[in-house]
Amino acid sequence: MKQIEATNEFVIRFANINGTGSASANGMLAKSFFKLGLPIGPKNIFPSNIQGLPTWYEVRVSEAGYTGRRGGSDVTVAMNPQTFKQDVEHLHPGGYLVYDSTKRLNEDHKRNDINYIGVPISEMARDHFLNAKSREMLKNVIYVGALAALFDIELEVFYGLVREQFPTKPKLHDGNFKALDLGYNYTKEHYPCPCGIKVSKRELVTSKIILNGNEALGLGAVYAGATVVGWYPLTPSTSVIESFSKYCNKFRKSKDGAQHYAIIQAEDEIAAAGMVVGASWNGARAFTATSGPGISLMSEFIGYAYYAEIPMVLFNIQRCGPSTGMPTRTQQSDLLLCAYASHGDTKHIMLFPSSVKECFEFSVRAFDLADRYQTPVFVMSDLELGMNDYVSAPLQWDESYQHDRGKVLNHETLDSMKDKFYRYLDIDDDGVPYRTYPGIHPSGAYFTRGSGHDKFGRYTEDGGLYQENMERISKKFHTAINHLPKPRKIIRDDSFGVGIVSIGTTSEPLHEAAEILKTRGVQVNEMLIVSFPFGDEVREFCENHQQVIVIDQNRDAQLKTLLVNELGLNPESLDSICSYDGNPVMASFLVESLSKKIKENAL
Amino acid sequence: MSYIPKPKVSHPGLAKNKLGLTIRDYEGGLSTLCAGCGHDSITAAIIKSCFELSIEPHRVGKMSGIGCSSKTPGYFLSSAHGFNSVHGRMPSVTTGANAANRNLTYLAVSGDGDTASIGIGQFAHVIRRKLNMLYIVENNGCYGLTKGQFSATADVGSKSKRGVANEMDPIDPAAFALQMGAGFVARSFSGDKDQLVPLIKAGLNYNGFALIDVISPCVTFNNHEGSTKSYAHVRSHEAEVNVVDFIPARNEIAVDYAKGDATQVTLHDGSTMMLRKLDQNYDPENRLEALKQIQTHQMKNEVITGLLFLDPKESEMHDMISTPKKSLREFELAELCPGKEALEALNKSWG
Ligand SMILES: Cc1ncc(C[n+]2csc(CCOP(=O)(O)OP(=O)(O)O)c2C)c(N)n1
Ligand code: SF4
Ligand SMILES: [Mg+2]
Repeated sequence: MKQIEATNEFVIRFANINGTGSASANGMLAKSFFKLGLPIGPKNIFPSNIQGLPTWYEVRVSEAGYTGRRGGSDVTVAMNPQTFKQDVEHLHPGGYLVYDSTKRLNEDHKRNDINYIGVPISEMARDHFLNAKSREMLKNVIYVGALAALFDIELEVFYGLVREQFPTKPKLHDGNFKALDLGYNYTKEHYPCPCGIKVSKRELVTSKIILNGNEALGLGAVYAGATVVGWYPLTPSTSVIESFSKYCNKFRKSKDGAQHYAIIQAEDEIAAAGMVVGASWNGARAFTATSGPGISLMSEFIGYAYYAEIPMVLFNIQRCGPSTGMPTRTQQSDLLLCAYASHGDTKHIMLFPSSVKECFEFSVRAFDLADRYQTPVFVMSDLELGMNDYVSAPLQWDESYQHDRGKVLNHETLDSMKDKFYRYLDIDDDGVPYRTYPGIHPSGAYFTRGSGHDKFGRYTEDGGLYQENMERISKKFHTAINHLPKPRKIIRDDSFGVGIVSIGTTSEPLHEAAEILKTRGVQVNEMLIVSFPFGDEVREFCENHQQVIVIDQNRDAQLKTLLVNELGLNPESLDSICSYDGNPVMASFLVESLSKKIKENAL
Repeated sequence: MSYIPKPKVSHPGLAKNKLGLTIRDYEGGLSTLCAGCGHDSITAAIIKSCFELSIEPHRVGKMSGIGCSSKTPGYFLSSAHGFNSVHGRMPSVTTGANAANRNLTYLAVSGDGDTASIGIGQFAHVIRRKLNMLYIVENNGCYGLTKGQFSATADVGSKSKRGVANEMDPIDPAAFALQMGAGFVARSFSGDKDQLVPLIKAGLNYNGFALIDVISPCVTFNNHEGSTKSYAHVRSHEAEVNVVDFIPARNEIAVDYAKGDATQVTLHDGSTMMLRKLDQNYDPENRLEALKQIQTHQMKNEVITGLLFLDPKESEMHDMISTPKKSLREFELAELCPGKEALEALNKSWG
């Protein structure tokens, strides 16, 4: 029978039931590949549920460095009877199915083009582990032992990971070691080991780190000097706050126990947004983290902050909408919502991180931009980036970096100013007014309002004065473009035939797809947009190519719509590909759909 | 809320407070509310209170939501920072502001619609958080700004201007605040400055959440016969439980209130409140009693006023979240940033 043969290029998939403790065992296997010097791309595919529903975890191992979702599976560990049939069918021909052979295999679970590795996991667990609770957990470790045998990974690697995982609980070590041994020995005895898929030590990830996007965002906020958080729990954004909390706890506690931060769990997202606005108005750096449903609720305050010109940082970890949608699945479908959030004429700065490193950097940058432009700034991540681990270059901090608080008049300046302070004057002709923090100085006081106001900050219902102020805010928005991170381009074809535009997590599979197309003789250029409003580089890229294809992770081609709307492009001049089933975009999907879209005459 | 600056006429004869300021320095723009609106009387009481307390105007955050009542911060303390937020959401903005800078005085004005209808959720939670602020509800039983619809504080049977009677049970902001755990709860009437000023002063000095529910008739939409929030109704149905006088810590003048039925309460900063009881059974440190009194008087169609409850154990949000005495916004960002070495150590832990 055919056996998949591969070294360091494969996908392993785990099918589990959530709430059974599989995550840490599966994570241990992923980590072992990393420890052996290999790039990995783990992906969690989990239900909106705490216990009892199917959950999958995939790890792509790629010596070539492609860690986006590939699709298909070469090795599947099928531990969930509910999805067993589906998992059997999903496996590539020649693939390996590891399953619990305590019970006999069902007839309709048999395929004759895959390799069955039956390990009596339940039976061994029952015979060796008396404690019912730890028995369940250790079943997962038994299959990790079996995989170690199949992939020919020394058990010592896993022993080390167990010690790392429970540094303070040596009691737990023995059970885990035993479980590893059981799975390993049984598999060695009963099956040819290693199997066709091998893991061979490399040094491709030396000095690299493994981290998820949300953790990097939360840490970025600590580095930015944020002190106030208003938030309301919402998957997949909650772990941003958990990260901020964890690192504040580590870095922001004084010896006397005082906490130099305030994390306030609000009663809802409306209140969370109000807290951010109030704290920023009062001179603290403040933020919230949420997802689509939260943005919908926060909209009134977002418009307020836009019009009254109050800094506000919002991390939007996008998930699959509309409404509650599929809350544990990924999408980039809040682009239009956030670009124009709230009623009236509003427009907002957005940053689109596409990697863990950018999550950290954009998190810090978002606070500088919000302060400098006195406006809401969205960091638009998504569930895929936020809740999965990525191999990344180490995060960096430049000691000479100066936080930018923007145009704030301090006590001394106010004291020596000849002219009276007015809040919304365009002193520097860049649309950006000066502000003061409350309580600093008697002459710094002004009245903050969401109702119509003139450049002096005074209430007005005079159309001309209202409009003058609105025009200045628009000018400010355009000034901001110069300070936003620039798009990144990969030019393979300097005759500018086909240009492909993406944001965020789309870029990784797109890059892989473009490289695959290149091996087939199709050269395409890529542009990764990292911020909104779009600058000239974006317009030029779109205008210079014979054919432009925009990749969207939503049904309605929202990125394309934004490009058309903001740059005045002809909608006919942009082709679009939408992948929005809630799963990370796959390179194989892009290769196929791009091949269909690319026009002969554009090449 | 048009900004009509009042001419600043200097009156050499005007009394000065400890800061050398006159009452004029505590005024704001000219009110654009209807003549006779109860809210304007409350504004006057706020001005008097802040003047007498010698509060530095620019150290006050004037917070409000949306409504006629919420416009009033424009009419007092023109050199304080004002924040006219969105409808029903003033509490969250004040929470954030206070989290950032605990060392300002937060004086908030809201309406009954702003508080008990659209804002009931935020009202409940700001109390639970024990935010250190004075929250004044200017309660007229209707939505003034949108032309007189019933609010959630309208009493059963209370008639609108069009003659329609409200049939839904009212929310009593004072009783609600007591249940949510407020540390300071009072009720007053906009027409009773003698009662209102000491309550505002005490509320401003209270270290925790202080609520004053002020019945404040809307002369345009809700001051007719049949409205329980009208001047006539309140004047004839008011039941005072105590007469309050507030003596700031700095004020050494002995007041001769201690006679008769007076009790004295000392606040955290050393200032004292003298309470002359009108009702012998009334104990202002008993939450249950306060709730009972409110209910009992309500059943008799009476409005109970005075200091209803005061928790002498003053505590506030910052005690719960262990923030330092220095305001968070006073920390330099560089001081808050863990720096390069810490990041390198973290990188190692992720390898
Ligand atoms: C989101 C929203 N919905 C509705 C309104 C319209 N609105 C403005 S003021 C108000 C009611 C104000 O009533 P209250 O708080 O009692 O203040 P009053 O005018 O009676 O002093 C309403 C419904 C609004 N401003 N915002
Ligand atoms: S409408 Fe009523 S509440 Fe509003 S200003 Fe006039 S009297 Fe006052
Ligand atoms: Mg009202």
